[in-house]
Amino acid sequence: MNFLSNPLTLTTFFPLLGVLVLLFIKNEQKSLIRWVALGTSLITFAISLVVLAQFNPANPELQFVTNLPWIQVAKWNINFHMGVDGLSILLVLLTTFLTPIALLSTWSAIEDRVKDFMVFFLLLEVGMLGVFVAQDMFLFYVFWEFTLVPMYFLIGIWGGARRMYAAVKFFLYTMAGSILMLLAILWLGINQGTFSVPELITLGGIPAGTQFWLFLAFAAAFAIKVPMWPLHSWLPDAHVEAPTAGSVILAGVLLKMGTYGFVRFNLPLFPLAALQLAPFMALLATIGIVYGAMVSYAQKDVKKLVAYSSVSHLGFVMLGLFALNPQGIQGGILQMVNHGISTGALFLIVGMIYERRHTRDIDAFGGLWKVMPIYGVFTLIVTFSSMGLPGLNGFIGEFTILLGAFGSSAIGSPWYAGVSAAGVIMAAVYMLFMFQKLFLGPVTHDENKELKDINWREIIILVPLLVLIFWIGLYPKPFLDLMAPTVEKLVTIVQTSALP
Amino acid sequence: MSLSDLWTNAQGILPLIVLMAWACALLIIDLFIPNDRKGWTAALAAAGLLVSLGLVVTQPAETVRSFNGMMTVDGFARFLHVLFLISGLAGLALAYNYLNRSGLQRGEYYTLFIFSIGGMMAMAMASDLIMVFLSLEWLSIPLYVLAGFARPKLDSEESALKYFLLGAYAGGFVLYGTALTYGAAKSTQLAEILAAVKGGDVNLGMLSFGAAMILIGLGFKVSAVPFHMWTPDVYQGAPTSVTGFMAVTAKAAGFAALLRIFVLAFPAVAPKIAVVLWVLAALTMLLGNLVAIAQSNIKRMLAYSSIAHAGYILMALVPYALKQVSADSVASAIFYLLAYGVTTLGAWGVVIAVEKTDGTGVNLQDYAGLGRKNPLLAAAMTIFMLSFAGVPPTLGFVGKLFLFRTVIEAGEISLAIIGVLTSLISAYYYLRVIVIMYMQPGEPETNSDFWLNLVVGVSAVSVVLLSLFSSPIFQWASTALVQ
Repeated sequence: MNFLSNPLTLTTFFPLLGVLVLLFIKNEQKSLIRWVALGTSLITFAISLVVLAQFNPANPELQFVTNLPWIQVAKWNINFHMGVDGLSILLVLLTTFLTPIALLSTWSAIEDRVKDFMVFFLLLEVGMLGVFVAQDMFLFYVFWEFTLVPMYFLIGIWGGARRMYAAVKFFLYTMAGSILMLLAILWLGINQGTFSVPELITLGGIPAGTQFWLFLAFAAAFAIKVPMWPLHSWLPDAHVEAPTAGSVILAGVLLKMGTYGFVRFNLPLFPLAALQLAPFMALLATIGIVYGAMVSYAQKDVKKLVAYSSVSHLGFVMLGLFALNPQGIQGGILQMVNHGISTGALFLIVGMIYERRHTRDIDAFGGLWKVMPIYGVFTLIVTFSSMGLPGLNGFIGEFTILLGAFGSSAIGSPWYAGVSAAGVIMAAVYMLFMFQKLFLGPVTHDENKELKDINWREIIILVPLLVLIFWIGLYPKPFLDLMAPTVEKLVTIVQTSALP
Repeated sequence: MSLSDLWTNAQGILPLIVLMAWACALLIIDLFIPNDRKGWTAALAAAGLLVSLGLVVTQPAETVRSFNGMMTVDGFARFLHVLFLISGLAGLALAYNYLNRSGLQRGEYYTLFIFSIGGMMAMAMASDLIMVFLSLEWLSIPLYVLAGFARPKLDSEESALKYFLLGAYAGGFVLYGTALTYGAAKSTQLAEILAAVKGGDVNLGMLSFGAAMILIGLGFKVSAVPFHMWTPDVYQGAPTSVTGFMAVTAKAAGFAALLRIFVLAFPAVAPKIAVVLWVLAALTMLLGNLVAIAQSNIKRMLAYSSIAHAGYILMALVPYALKQVSADSVASAIFYLLAYGVTTLGAWGVVIAVEKTDGTGVNLQDYAGLGRKNPLLAAAMTIFMLSFAGVPPTLGFVGKLFLFRTVIEAGEISLAIIGVLTSLISAYYYLRVIVIMYMQPGEPETNSDFWLNLVVGVSAVSVVLLSLFSSPIFQWASTALVQ
């Protein structure tokens, strides 16, 4: 398919057009800049819906493939290879869906250097989409590293008081992991003669000992990004300092790049190592679930609470992925989307109150329900979604994951799932604790009495998220159908590798 | 040698001959150009470089051996010639206004500049150790003078003296190594040294010692640790326009000689020398990057960064004797020189723009607020810093990729790991420049003119664009050394 007539490549690179237009607008025309950026992200979303409409869910292979020779010198065999399958289609849509929402949330929050902000944001969107559609390891790495740069600026320029520290920490942590992955990519490219992911999977034949090391090198990059316990310490800093829109994208999409990396690379490329290390990964995931929940409970800063809850939620995703059976992986992928929606919404909600009060200290609030009833309702639903109440999206994901993990032969023990199930209860504890502190009881602070309820723009931001929360919660079948064939194929690859 | 023979020989090195003749002419022409019109000298110098560049580009792509094998013009030499000449043009563009506002505008700057480029071009072709030594002095002596061009400023004088003393010392090592090699192989010609080794009639111990001495001498030029001591002081003291030029070209010339000599003449001593190279590369990467963190002066920081980059290129030299990778490793080394060169010229351009007339404005803190005050300059500097750190999509990233690949292909995984870990360290101090530019308040004054902006802009754009379309360049770099 031609580069421009392929809706997938068009989706990926369309935001660049917006960047180009923005460069020709004067800095002072803030409102125009905002509209151009929002318009670009909405059109990108529309094009991605075209991809979805033409996507054939029954086909487990890559679709919308673009494969052009790129760097073909001196034994290199690097292609510009893009495509989408059941593993990534939802993540592509999640990205294009969250970007306009995040942009809309900056309408009154970002007043300083609006143009730069929008440019970085659209560049970030290109990077994230590229990560999800790249099927050549080299191309993947380019996009992967590239996402660092705009995010680094988003945190560093528009962030909170300790933004410089947080930005540099974010950059260095992530880079530390990814350079090890780079070496592994180079090793694969040299020894297997290709950088194409599907070709590498077909070739196989990497000895178990080598798989082990390559798995670890890739895992270093992905585990930091997820972040898995004990590599999570950059996350609270980055989240707390990032502007709201940055946090939304960070939690909603950037973290998914890590979990996605495990599904796309670690499982099919190094299946023996994946099987061998599954119990270990499950252990880390379980620790992450419990640890994240406990630390969340102890937080005084609402945003930090939500940030640590991500550590816990992504622990579930990892547990599901390393169950290495269809339920676990499907649940894991669905939970990536769920977490993107719920936590994205939570960060938006925190951002709204921060914009009004300029504090996120949990003790500075109380009784908000009386002052801001609409805001309260929205928050309550999102809170329920995040703690996995049946009927909402979080439940479906966590339930499927636990189901997969209980019966997983790769993990080999139901105890991980058992302990993780306790994590669901702990999530209820800290989320309800937060809700109670913020909304219930009398209005304890005079400043809070005059707070305005959320406006139409803010409602428009939250409604689409709520629609998805209910949709996935009540009728998840269309979402699961999208990925089922590809996941089946992936599981077959992993399971058959162990057969003699 | 008959006249027609002379012409045949000269044809190969015509770009060099034309450039040198032009430099001599310029020396005289400059006398008739009044002091307030030195722009003419600069323009004439640039014209000479352009003509020479045109001659290089239009040369037929064949290998020419000139003057009894003293000089070899091959793809390797042509690649570097283009690098030297383009850096020269960029160096002139950066220098003209800088010299004006620092009160250093004198015609001999440009002539010395061209003489030095001639020496570098000769170095890239030299296929005889005597020629190597000659080119080394030829390129260095004008640079010694240029480093002290801001006299009577003490920094500049210190810089020149230090560079001269250590440079002379390094020259001595090269000469000593040449003598030992001659003693062992009974020739100074690279091809004949190789032939002598194949013949078996060579004292390998003495040859290794000779190779080691040459490595030390050239190690000074490329500022490999532990021969790097001069670099920060010279880079800091020399006029910034000289530093930027020197950081690119002198290093490239040093590597040109190292690569040609070791790959063509010394594969036999690899069992002994490869270990030394391994240690040198590792030390250079580690020390350069670690010490750079502690710098508060941007000239010194970039000096240590240039040391670190020498370490990365040295990595490619480690497997020089492995037949299956040596061609790729030479190509990736000179590709990296190009990537480093483009990035470095741009970065020094920004340093020149921010530097004040009195020579202050070179501390990192002087860059605070640049992102707001001069967004384009800051954006360009950001690209250069990211390229230095090896973040895609930049030329620095592609360059590192090619380098790491050869190293992994040669099986030196641990060296590659040191390489990537030190890149991570380097990201810290490169990022700091970006942090200061964008995230700290300040009101820096910038002195940029059309030519400087052109160099910075073109460098920034090429750093990004060439990284996306790097294949043809690497292809060209792979038209490798010819025995």
